[in-house]
Amino acid sequence: MVGVDDMLSVENLSVSYGAIKALHGISLRVERGEIVTLIGSNGAGKTTTLRTISGLVRAAAGSISFEGVPIGKLPPHQIVRMGIAQAPEGRGVFANMSVDENLSLGAYARHDKEQIDKDRQRALELFPRLRERLAQSAGTLSGGEQQMLAIARALLARPKLMLLDEPSLGLAPQVVATIFKIIREINAGGTTILLVEQNAHMALNVAHRAYVLEVGKIAMEGPAAELAKSDEVRRAYLGHG
Amino acid sequence: MTQFLQTLFDGLTVGSLYALIALGYTMVYGILKFINFAHSDVFALGVWMTIVWSKWLGLGQPGAAPTPWYMGALVLVLAMASCGLVGFVIERVAYKPLRSAPRLNVLITAIGVSLLLQNTGQLKFVFGPYPKPIPSLIDSTELFSMMGVSVRMADVAVIGTAAALMIAMQWLIFGTKLGAAMRAVSFNTRNASLMGINVDLVISFTFVVGSMLAAAAGFLYAMKYEGQAKQTADSMWVMLGLKAFVAAVVGGIGNVRGAVIGGLLIGLIEFFGVSYLSSHYRDAYVFAILILVLLLRPEGVLGKATVEKV
Repeated sequence: MVGVDDMLSVENLSVSYGAIKALHGISLRVERGEIVTLIGSNGAGKTTTLRTISGLVRAAAGSISFEGVPIGKLPPHQIVRMGIAQAPEGRGVFANMSVDENLSLGAYARHDKEQIDKDRQRALELFPRLRERLAQSAGTLSGGEQQMLAIARALLARPKLMLLDEPSLGLAPQVVATIFKIIREINAGGTTILLVEQNAHMALNVAHRAYVLEVGKIAMEGPAAELAKSDEVRRAYLGHG
Repeated sequence: MTQFLQTLFDGLTVGSLYALIALGYTMVYGILKFINFAHSDVFALGVWMTIVWSKWLGLGQPGAAPTPWYMGALVLVLAMASCGLVGFVIERVAYKPLRSAPRLNVLITAIGVSLLLQNTGQLKFVFGPYPKPIPSLIDSTELFSMMGVSVRMADVAVIGTAAALMIAMQWLIFGTKLGAAMRAVSFNTRNASLMGINVDLVISFTFVVGSMLAAAAGFLYAMKYEGQAKQTADSMWVMLGLKAFVAAVVGGIGNVRGAVIGGLLIGLIEFFGVSYLSSHYRDAYVFAILILVLLLRPEGVLGKATVEKV
């Protein structure tokens, strides 16, 4: 069922790495203005889903469309230009470059210099910690700061849809709380978000809707608040026995 | 003292040419993580292109009028453009289809491309199997002599052009948006593509620029030793290209500034060895340094040590 407001729609997506099938025909959709989260344990196929949407991995079957345009066969750099930016797994900052250069690379595909400057200011307002470290090499940042940089850099692409791959991974609880607060602010500013997380508690708390991915299949879907209450999710992902 | 200064001068001159070639090795390694063994042949092709374009334009031939400097520069630009085009084609035809293949496959392909270029060059309808004289594009009489060091116009042109190209590279890589994209691709190809960088375009560009620098080195080398009949592309020039490869390794493969330092270092070691020890071991000094660096500091002078996962 394709809704009128669907920004991203993924239909029956299957992905294989050689003989290993990572995704078995998953379908999901993200509406304009939403935060949608994809939760699941390690190896469920969350990162593969994001990589396939970004064009880094090719689907074996199924389709992906963004604002009604099929993007499944486009190369990654064109998908970025269509308005999908990703803060990848492991943050993916360019450790050999300064924070400032990392931010500029985020805006690589854009040419509207004035708006880029405004977006840079806005990103630095969201993450004041980065402003202090602009000239510093990104490799010297702490894990939390690198995650902030990865998100700020994705913001500089001025995306319609932002893909976040496990922003909480390996970070202290206070830092995770800060980052999730900012994710909410970014969304309030009009950016649609697809968030992949192992930290189901935080993810369900911030998201409007959620999908539960289990070994390459969508096991459950629904409004985040409802999933957070469901016994299965509580038992498997929220640590309530 | 004079001998010392003259050796220093010659070492730096030839070293700057090694540095130009080493830049091509190191940039390609930085981005694709393999040694482009065909690079030394592109350098040799640069010398051939200098010969071909000069002849076609009627420059520097026996009995011809002295070549104005801008016509010499035109030959340089034409040689660079031709080799840039060849570099582009090599990457698209030979390496691009192997993007996701193991690096060893690409390495072997590079050796294959190298052999292909050498043997194609010797075909009768290409350059032929015989040595050809290098045109005299730059006045080779002594310009001035300082503290006993003889400086010719050709030397000034070689050092000046090499320095200008190295400064331009420094600006390109560290001062432009495209350079930032090159460094991003070199650090992590996948994440670079997530920035909206067209990775294939950046790789093509890297090959074109590297090949153009090799061509410039070929042109300049020809100018430094003009008038001498050179061997065909397979022996001596390829050896020069290999020394430049050593320079890239000594400086730290993948490191742009390292390539420049490595080039100058190798040039100095070679010339001081020849001048103060024995000229019989000219090539041996260079490769002895390679062995020493690989034993004592395998990451090179400016390189960072990385742990190879097995």
